[in-house]
Amino acid sequence: MKLTMASSPHNHSHKSLTRLMLSVIAACIPGLIAQVFFFGTGVLIQLVLALVAVSVFEAAIMLIRKRPVWPALSDGSAWLTAVLLALSIPPLAPWWIIVIGCLFSIVIVKQLYGGLGFNLFNPAMAAYVLLLVSFPVQMTAWLPVTDLINTPIGFADQLRLIFTDFTASGFSLDQVRAGVDGLTMATPLDTVKTDIAHGLTVTESMQKPIFNEWAGLGWAWVNLGFLAGGLYLLKAKIINWHIPVSFIVTLAVCSAIGYIASPGTEPGTLFHLLSGATMMGAFFIATDPVSAATTNKGRLIYGALIGLLIYLIRTFGGFPDAIAFSVLLINIAVPLIDYYTQPRTYGHGAVK
Amino acid sequence: MSELKTLYKEGVWVNNPALVQLLGLCPLLAVTSTVTNALGLGLATLLVLIGSNVTVSIVRNWVPKDIRIPVFVMIIAGFVTIVQLLMNAYTFGLYQSLGIFIPLIVTNCAIIGRAEAYASKNPVHLSAFDGLMMGLGFMAVLLVLGAMRELIGQGTLFDGADLLLGPWAQSLRIEVFNFDNQFLLAILPPGAFLGLGLLIAAKNVIDAQIKSKQVAPPEAEKGPRARVTSLT
Repeated sequence: MKLTMASSPHNHSHKSLTRLMLSVIAACIPGLIAQVFFFGTGVLIQLVLALVAVSVFEAAIMLIRKRPVWPALSDGSAWLTAVLLALSIPPLAPWWIIVIGCLFSIVIVKQLYGGLGFNLFNPAMAAYVLLLVSFPVQMTAWLPVTDLINTPIGFADQLRLIFTDFTASGFSLDQVRAGVDGLTMATPLDTVKTDIAHGLTVTESMQKPIFNEWAGLGWAWVNLGFLAGGLYLLKAKIINWHIPVSFIVTLAVCSAIGYIASPGTEPGTLFHLLSGATMMGAFFIATDPVSAATTNKGRLIYGALIGLLIYLIRTFGGFPDAIAFSVLLINIAVPLIDYYTQPRTYGHGAVK
Repeated sequence: MSELKTLYKEGVWVNNPALVQLLGLCPLLAVTSTVTNALGLGLATLLVLIGSNVTVSIVRNWVPKDIRIPVFVMIIAGFVTIVQLLMNAYTFGLYQSLGIFIPLIVTNCAIIGRAEAYASKNPVHLSAFDGLMMGLGFMAVLLVLGAMRELIGQGTLFDGADLLLGPWAQSLRIEVFNFDNQFLLAILPPGAFLGLGLLIAAKNVIDAQIKSKQVAPPEAEKGPRARVTSLT
């Protein structure tokens, strides 16, 4: 009988990179379903477009770099980038928006820095910021939830809008976006921000049909969907609790303090937590293992800083939502955070 | 002759002020949103660089070492003022569109760098040629970056060239693509940083290829290496 002697580590995780990435993509499904339900099947068209685009770009750049194509493609990281980007952009944005975004995220943000594991910045969010800065009109053309659209549009018309800018009956995106009162509608975060700037109080602003009792109509469910997916990721031990918890707690504390200090101009904690991309940011974007902090103490600081920045930009900044900007800004600080939060090695240094 | 050739190589490629020394990036990144702006600033910098190099070289033996930097800065500031007044007089539109970046040529480190590193130690004719080559190298990068950003940003080339060259230059404007939407990022400063990064990368790639094509110096000159351990 021969006893083989295996070297340590003796217990290892069975999670391969591909499985990990595919699980994260799977965890996006509840949020995706909510988005499709409230904002139409345009999301799915964008998703398919993005998946095709990242596959093409990833394969092309691997050929240029003379590296094997299939291992890079099949690790699923590019597909995850595609899913996150497709979920972040307005569902009926023209097709070239998402293609430019995929090109930038894969070629410049990821592969020019050396590929997966070497990128300083979160590829999906860097591409989102590029698009938002370059094409503000297309990137803020969010549809109101389907219940509030005057003339609901079908799948074929959505396809036409994405590829030709017009529906079969000749309506442009702006006309389709016009809500029940004939005015185009922004996202709830944007509406509250604009109304406060115009001197309305939050309570007055929330009378509008775009809101329900929690946050924006539809947006609360999208956020709850991503929360459910995020809890699955925690349960499956794919992400650590540190980043989402410190992120959400900081945002909640800041918005609570703001609400207590100025209830007329602050929409409050629940609104901040359930609108925009808060939950998606907390569980899916800030937890990117490559661009996030790597020590546990560092992760707490990292999440907290992102939460703080989101509150500050949402409240005092020029943009309605701030997940992408905050994540990118704190990505820059990650090497510093990691440097100062190194855990004590066993046997070195004094125990305090 | 070989000194001139070295100066030419150094200025335009090997030691290019923008791509290798990374000096004078503030105007480089700020004004290269169109080819016309880039050409205007490039010419202004070129003139100042030649003028200051010549003057510094003339006075190099009378300037005490301890106060040379203030003296050089005064000379450069004098030339910048001349160029600024000339542009104000003859290319007013461009003068307005370049704005603060013309007086800021004074602080362009590439200029004081050449005054200190070359002109203060070399005779007048060589200094003038060095200024010309460094200026051309800088202007070439400005032009390429300006062309990249204008092409990607708004799909044209030489837009507004009449501001610099007179009314006949309106016909120089080329519309390469026609977009409904400007690609704002290329026109905004981040596009300049990305573009410069790509240019530096391209230069490094070309250098690496040139290096790999050069025949490696033959090993045989040293004689065969005596192997003291056997391979197997």
